[in-house]
Amino acid sequence: MMLLRCPWCGPRNVTEFRYVGEKTSRPDPATTTPTQWRTYLYTRANVFGWTVETWYHSTGCRQHFSVERHTLSNRTRPVQENS
Amino acid sequence: MTRYSAWRLFRNGLTHREWPAAWRPHDLRPSYDVVVIGGGVHGLATAYYLATNHGIRNVAVVDKSYIGSGGSGRNTAIVRSNYLTPEGVAFYDRSLHLYEELSATLNFNVMFSQRGHMTLAHNDSSLRTMHWRAEVNKLQGVDSRVIYPDEIKRRVPHLDVSAGARYPIQGALYHPPGGIIRHDAVVWGYARGADAAGVHIHQNTEVTGIEVSGGKVTGVRTNRGTIAAGTVVNATAGWASTIADMAGVPLPIQTFPLQAAVTEPVRPFLETVIVSGSLHVYVSQTDRGELVFGASVDPFASYSTRGSLEFIEGLAGHVLELMPALAKMRLLRQWAGLCDMTPDFSPIMGFTGVDGFLVDVGWGTYGFKAGPVSGEAMAECIATQRTPKIIEAFGLERFANGTLVGEKGAAAVGH
Ligand SMILES: Cc1cc2nc3c(=O)[nH]c(=O)nc-3n(C[C@H](O)[C@H](O)[C@H](O)COP(=O)(O)OP(=O)(O)OC[C@H]3O[C@@H](n4cnc5c(N)ncnc54)[C@H](O)[C@@H]3O)c2cc1C
Ligand SMILES: [Zn+2]
Repeated sequence: MMLLRCPWCGPRNVTEFRYVGEKTSRPDPATTTPTQWRTYLYTRANVFGWTVETWYHSTGCRQHFSVERHTLSNRTRPVQENS
Repeated sequence: MTRYSAWRLFRNGLTHREWPAAWRPHDLRPSYDVVVIGGGVHGLATAYYLATNHGIRNVAVVDKSYIGSGGSGRNTAIVRSNYLTPEGVAFYDRSLHLYEELSATLNFNVMFSQRGHMTLAHNDSSLRTMHWRAEVNKLQGVDSRVIYPDEIKRRVPHLDVSAGARYPIQGALYHPPGGIIRHDAVVWGYARGADAAGVHIHQNTEVTGIEVSGGKVTGVRTNRGTIAAGTVVNATAGWASTIADMAGVPLPIQTFPLQAAVTEPVRPFLETVIVSGSLHVYVSQTDRGELVFGASVDPFASYSTRGSLEFIEGLAGHVLELMPALAKMRLLRQWAGLCDMTPDFSPIMGFTGVDGFLVDVGWGTYGFKAGPVSGEAMAECIATQRTPKIIEAFGLERFANGTLVGEKGAAAVGH
């Protein structure tokens, strides 16, 4: 079992959540080039180490939130303000 | 290289003579023509075919751990060629044929057991996909057809094909040439063949950096020193993006753990490999009698290879829906390996924007069966400096120009 801390509900089993993925920012569809759009769609940093990602508390409060997770140990921590 | 034969087996058995080491240790040379990163089936096969098909022997395969320690020693060993896209079918079918010949080619028994492969359809839409795949397969001469519950029951009497099952079985894609192989033997056989042809295999040698100058690769840095090389191949599967990052090549890849499990051995009762995409589970029986189970990847990206309780619970539930008679069997082991998933469930192979830096990655959950053809094609790519036709569709540039291969319908949990 892996615990994930929802900012609203507290620590819960990871099975209550849905993994949304690495935090990325969507380019503006009005101005983006096809290359930027495809990079946004397909290319991921796939970090070995600490990474910021989005999770969805699907069987709880049904809110999205960001968390920092170490991709080897799966330890998590709240997102550091300046990271 | 000492050749293996029935006579040697007999003599060494009688005399208790030690078998010679299958490959030799070497000092690290300061420079090689080609450095292949990753001692899995892909890296070793590439080195083997470079040496044997093209005479390029000044080649090193480096692995941070022992050879076969990645997915190549952890997979569930399923081989098949009944893919969905014409590109996929041609590619995997060439691999299957190379596997059929591999014991003879390598003088190493890889125990390819062509027991057939059966993908179950539990609803109309998956039955439709099975028909689609069967037709694509037949057009390319691949033995693959849709069968119905009476024939399924005849072939696998333990399957619950009753209409009252929670997920009734409506039909299946049956692929007789598919089967399972002894995966460690494939790794060791390629390593032995590559070694005999002059390739150096360096275990416990971790690549920590890639040297690029003026857009061209000049070598790799390792924990044992720097190696100069004009060609560097990234064949590190689950770790592929960590290596590509060192060369400044971003990849459309995410790493997910994939778990598997094995039971105690029992008398043979399961002839074919059984896959259920809807139930996310597959099962086969090894020649030793154990049942090998697999499922889909863990629900979030990670480089961790720990097993989870959720996996084993889900797996057991689904297996019992298919074969209730297995309820009393005991699981012996559970483990995980890393899978490098691409958006279209197809690999990324060939040249990149960095001259001399090639990739053979994106193998996801289905790369073991592709080992031989990938090695053959990558070796040709390096030797001729041209992309062989059989891997043209799998170039990295497809994500930039929007020509994805779309193999998801056949690759997801299909093994
Ligand atoms: C549980 C499970 C079941 C599977 N079932 C099937 C199946 O039934 N059929 C099928 O076709 N496929 C299956 N697969 C997928 C298959 O195992 C892989 O796609 C395949 O083994 C990849 O082979 P490879 O040679 O590319 O990589 P790997 O065998 O993973 O080898 C990569 C190597 O790179 C090395 N490496 C990593 N980083 C570095 C570094 N910095 N320096 C040096 N070396 C490094 C690693 O130590 C590793 O040995 C399964 C995978 C898993 C995990
Ligand atoms: Zn919540």
